[in-house]
Amino acid sequence: MLSVQDLNITFTLYDRGLAQKQLTVITQLDLDVKAGEVVAVVGASGSGKSLLAHAILGILPDNAQVSGKMLFKGEPLTLNRCQDLRGKAIALIPQSIGYLDPLMQVGQQVQRTAQLSGLSRPAAKAAVDRTFARYRLAAIVQRLYPFQLSGGMARRVLVSTAVVSQAELVIADEPTPGLHPDVVTETLNHLRELASEGKGVILITHDIEAALQIADRVAVFYAGTTVEIAHAQDFSNNKIRHPYTQALWRSLPQNEFIPISGSQPTPEALPDGCLFSDRCPWVTQECQLERPPFLQVRGAPVRCIHADR
Amino acid sequence: MQLGIAAFMLRKLLRLALLLIAVAIFSFVLISLSPIDPIDAYVGADMLQISPEQRDIIAQRWGLDQPMMTRFILWLRQLASGNLGTSIIFNQPVSTVIGSRFQTSLQMLAIAWLLSGALGLAMGVVAGARAGSWLDRAIRFYAYTLAASPTFWVALLLLLVFSVSLKITPICCATPPGVLTKDVTVWQRLHHLILPAATLSLIGVANIALHTRQKLIEVLNSDYVLFARAQGESLVGIIRHHGLRNIILPALTLQFASLSELFGGSVLAEQVFSYPGLGKATVEAALRSDVPLLVGIVFFSALFVYTGNLIADLTYQIVDPRIRIGKSS
Ligand code: SF4
Repeated sequence: MLSVQDLNITFTLYDRGLAQKQLTVITQLDLDVKAGEVVAVVGASGSGKSLLAHAILGILPDNAQVSGKMLFKGEPLTLNRCQDLRGKAIALIPQSIGYLDPLMQVGQQVQRTAQLSGLSRPAAKAAVDRTFARYRLAAIVQRLYPFQLSGGMARRVLVSTAVVSQAELVIADEPTPGLHPDVVTETLNHLRELASEGKGVILITHDIEAALQIADRVAVFYAGTTVEIAHAQDFSNNKIRHPYTQALWRSLPQNEFIPISGSQPTPEALPDGCLFSDRCPWVTQECQLERPPFLQVRGAPVRCIHADR
Repeated sequence: MQLGIAAFMLRKLLRLALLLIAVAIFSFVLISLSPIDPIDAYVGADMLQISPEQRDIIAQRWGLDQPMMTRFILWLRQLASGNLGTSIIFNQPVSTVIGSRFQTSLQMLAIAWLLSGALGLAMGVVAGARAGSWLDRAIRFYAYTLAASPTFWVALLLLLVFSVSLKITPICCATPPGVLTKDVTVWQRLHHLILPAATLSLIGVANIALHTRQKLIEVLNSDYVLFARAQGESLVGIIRHHGLRNIILPALTLQFASLSELFGGSVLAEQVFSYPGLGKATVEAALRSDVPLLVGIVFFSALFVYTGNLIADLTYQIVDPRIRIGKSS
């Protein structure tokens, strides 16, 4: 359904005075999503997860240049096509209630979403009623303002926005931060349900555990690039390939709980070779020569030249 | 919510009382210390015909021989019973003078207020939506220059252009000369108040336009607008559905709070156009030492400005759901 290949995003910033500065925040990023599948995008903050979502929706700021290939249903995703598709075929589920207009009743806002997706006013109204009922949101919730919603209600309202638009591709951007574990599970199940209905779902999160609960595949981002796209079961089967993925996995409390030392390179100071080379335990001279290409190792792509060891 | 508003109003009324007492003390002290001699001011040109004995009698009658504190209390008692005294220059009760003068000003002020509000809001929205464009720069330039230019200067400029050169507006007053008040038509009134109202509007838009522009830019950079864009909302749709909703409240507040500037501006504008409203009465009272009228106007304007601020605060309480509902739940 969606395929992103070799995506690069560069921001032009004005440094002191008129000196321009180019800041490459996403390099050689790859991702693909099929219908009926949940693909989790996992990485630390600053790894380019949200920017990817904004690039797919065509809502990057004006000073961003995008290169690379993005295909939606086989056709290139140009800026014009993004404009036509967003809100209709591609929907975003935002991070928090802060993404709703604070002065507008939520029912009205979800209805507006439905109308923007092409429904007539009565059809949109009906879609909102139906969707709210589906997510056990009482009719009165429609007349509440965002600040009046509880954490769980807020999540369900935000999921509703994607459902009323009948989008085929749903991008959920960090849908579970700071939530009660029950609400997390509920939200994740809603996303899984959407995939079962045949939609493609991208779950952007820094929470690898949450991702593994529902994802079919997990794309691991590091410093603006995709280092590995693993199958969900690879994690428990000890088949994950990239040293960063393995380190992430080991850092979980139920595993060895060893934090990864060092920090992600900033866009101003990316290494020439492999982006992980300054923290990698396996690093060799060869790694520092050029960015590793995608290699197929144990049935999945990984950007590491020593992954097959 | 009802309780919240009631408590809010009670607090506000208490503040108003404090404000009025403070105004009373200040006016009294200032005027007592001023070089204006109340008897001179009252008697005026007939001064020469008055003997020192008669003078003393008047002073005694008025209690001018009493200590300051006693005089203040006597005066306060009169004020509290609603007696603001008699205007020396108009020879009418101060409340009557203020009432009729304010009525004349009111139409002009109302038109200026509405016009500056609507125009300023529109300019702010255009500038904010097209931030950085030449249109935005033009609007900002206008707002900055106008905010910095004095009212009387703008008034004179308008007078020169429209009344003296183009001769399409009257040169003074609120009604045509030689026409009885009851015969003046609405159009004639409008014709006369158009220039003073325009003066105040031209200046009044600056603040609200700049503020609205800033606010709209904030809204356009907000997360909820980003989400709206992700749903395929266009710029016009964003302004219609989210922009106006989020900027109208602060704009309204600002516009009510600007009543003080409007009132201050009217003093100058009415002077230039010889528009016989409250503003002009203020200047006359000051120039001709009409102390009772001046004090009356001071009280009235304090009340006027305070009411404006009160409405500004109240709009938030009533309109913003986060405050309206948030307090009760
Ligand atoms: S390419 Fe080299 S530095 Fe990069 S992850 Fe693999 S082993 Fe480590």
